[in-house]
Amino acid sequence: MSAGADRPAALARVGRFLADRPVLPLLVLLALLVAILEYMRPGIVNERWIANTVKFAIPLAMLAACQTLTMFTGGIDLSAGIAATVAAFVMATMTPLLGAPLAILVSLVPALLIGLVNGIGIAFAHVHPLIMTLGTGLVATGCLQVYQRFVIATGSVVPEALAWLGTGRTWGFPNALVLFLPFAALILYAQSRSGFGRLLFALGSNCHAARLSGVRAWQVYLALYMLSALIAGITGLLYVGLIKAPSLSLVNPLMLPSVAAAVIGGTSIFGGRGSYTGTIVGALILTVLGTLLTLLQMPEGARRILYGAIILAVTAIYVRLTEQT
Amino acid sequence: MRDEAAAATPPVLEASGVAKRFGAVTALSDAALTIRAGEVVALMGANGAGKSTFVKILTGALRRDGGTIRLHGRDGTLASPAAARAAGIVPVYQEPALIPDLDVAQNLRLGDTPVEPFLHWVRELGVEGLRLDETAGRLPLATLRILDLARAIAAEPDVLMLDEMTAALPTDLVERVLRVVREQADAGRAVIYISHRFTEIAELCDRAVVLRDGATVGDLRIEPGVEDRVVEMMLGAALTPGARGARARAAAPTGTPRLRVAGLGAGTALEDVSFDLHAGEVLGMVALEGQGQDELFDVLAGFRPAARGRLEIDGRPASFRHPADAIAAGLTYVPGDRAEALLSERSVRENIALPLVARPRRWGPIAMRREAERVDAAIARMQIDTRAMGEVRRLSGGNQQKVTIGRWLAAGVETLLLFDPTRGIDVRTKRQIYELVRELAGQGAAVLYFTSELEEVRLACDRAVVMFKGRVVEILDAADASDARLMRSAYGLAPEEADA
Repeated sequence: MSAGADRPAALARVGRFLADRPVLPLLVLLALLVAILEYMRPGIVNERWIANTVKFAIPLAMLAACQTLTMFTGGIDLSAGIAATVAAFVMATMTPLLGAPLAILVSLVPALLIGLVNGIGIAFAHVHPLIMTLGTGLVATGCLQVYQRFVIATGSVVPEALAWLGTGRTWGFPNALVLFLPFAALILYAQSRSGFGRLLFALGSNCHAARLSGVRAWQVYLALYMLSALIAGITGLLYVGLIKAPSLSLVNPLMLPSVAAAVIGGTSIFGGRGSYTGTIVGALILTVLGTLLTLLQMPEGARRILYGAIILAVTAIYVRLTEQT
Repeated sequence: MRDEAAAATPPVLEASGVAKRFGAVTALSDAALTIRAGEVVALMGANGAGKSTFVKILTGALRRDGGTIRLHGRDGTLASPAAARAAGIVPVYQEPALIPDLDVAQNLRLGDTPVEPFLHWVRELGVEGLRLDETAGRLPLATLRILDLARAIAAEPDVLMLDEMTAALPTDLVERVLRVVREQADAGRAVIYISHRFTEIAELCDRAVVLRDGATVGDLRIEPGVEDRVVEMMLGAALTPGARGARARAAAPTGTPRLRVAGLGAGTALEDVSFDLHAGEVLGMVALEGQGQDELFDVLAGFRPAARGRLEIDGRPASFRHPADAIAAGLTYVPGDRAEALLSERSVRENIALPLVARPRRWGPIAMRREAERVDAAIARMQIDTRAMGEVRRLSGGNQQKVTIGRWLAAGVETLLLFDPTRGIDVRTKRQIYELVRELAGQGAAVLYFTSELEEVRLACDRAVVMFKGRVVEILDAADASDARLMRSAYGLAPEEADA
């Protein structure tokens, strides 16, 4: 409260303006990064580069949807990356046995199971989501290793359709948009115009108030973590179509960036505030940033340090600008 | 010892003209208190009179803005609770002070409390078989209070400050506590005793210091009949028995009540409460702090189960395991603390529409236009100023409170449970809330209206229930509910003879 008085009114007004349009500064940052990239390597930013960036940003944005939705409630889903890997690995190893369509359906079952366990632990045992999803993630990793021993003979196949979806382009557009555009539209619609979306924010903002209004939190948590696991599973299938080599650590590299994309995108890890729009831009920013750092030809260590530092700086500035607390 | 010797000895603690402001709010303007060794002085005042602020200043927890405090005749400015302790002022607050995760012995070590005297006083206060390795958090509340007192006495203070010491105690322990405290005073300690219970004050105390609106308005010897004078002083001179609201006497309600509460009990504070609430009626409720009203509202709103007794809705028995059950039965709750009810980072619209989407079959797409109509109707009816549209936390306190009520207007009101809905909001908004409550009742809603401002009983209610020590002590018509009568009842005193 006292901070508002000290700060110049103009800055406060800018802050409020940005708080109402949180995506604006993110888009500016994205444009800035692209400009730097073009300045460093003139001509690099072309149609092909854009399609490629979008192609790699899509799985990240989808996995970040798991983090965004759970963060709305003040939670997080650290098992999302493993759920994605499990789905991808099970699908690839089952395809030779069952055929692609059935294998895809079967592969989503273990992912949903992870979500169910998360939901039960968080809704009924009141385990903190961070711990709960970390735990189920580790258990699922172990289970996947055991599973690998059993299926070592079957070999693995990535179905054509998934490879088409993951890597293909049509008229210059990545095919993954066929999956992603309806997906993003659905999430964006649900977050503001569905009862379920409202309840996510309500629980994250003040779960006591939600309870007082008749919300049974366990129902929401259970549905949320199963939904998150389902999204993760589908992301895994898309990602294996992009990478084309199923492994036990397939989606791991996307795990922490998925959290970062949501946070950079302005979703509060404390819950009650955020939007998937920001997350999508966040995923694009992280992907462009990755390209930029690769171009700098720094050693891997320095690149990671810079990556982490930039994420921290962006988040700090952004939170300072948009939250007037 | 009780009277004659007192005047001769110099005061241990002498505070005068103590003032304290919080921003624009003046909590204390002219608080004074003098106490000598061997005295027990009751500190009294209605809710919001400034008791707790005064106590916090005396015990070093808050800095005063003005006035003087002298301890043993020297400057008694205390920088911190630790400094107060070192100077011989030891408080026992209402909330247990032991750290719940540590065992009793560890707690004693933290406070440098000598173990032997502590155990002596624990036994003396009537708690048997205390184990020092017991985790504090596992002990019953009554025992924790006794341990706090024993710890305070073991520190051999000059001034012992007891805040609602007996509130959570069973009767036998209360007697022990009163005896031990009196012995402490007779042994030469000064005791400041804060309580709402006249019987205890009459038994224990030598004098009563009365606070009203942040100033000390009286310092009275305890003698038979002093209760009336204390109540008068707490209320102020303006309140004569003739000071009544404009509302006409309501017809006595008949028929099956919307809500019947019969013999309800929960926890230690809510003993046995019965009353009927009828459709079309606003039933006021008055009680001092901690007389079981919080537990009552928690049970009615579905936040906690009742341990004893029954609830009936429209003649049918009801029990709630979750607020959703209470809402399904038509009981909607507006808590006293707005922060409990609001989604502060979300919009007015989302706050108001929250109950509409609570059930799983409403999780799907929202009919945005229909929702907007209902929300706009609620906003219009509550006259919520939405110029600061956007996050609810940007609204003023009064507008926030209107949002918490408006939420139930949008959902449809049958029985509204209001807990001190006008606390801390401006006069204009208060008026609007009274009008709204009357209007809702006129349309057939039943309203239970707890208030800590006595005049609201006459301004907004038809009848009033007064609670004391977890029981209903009086149910009276709002037209008869003078401040004096409500206050006497709230303090558990017998009603005045005939018409005062």
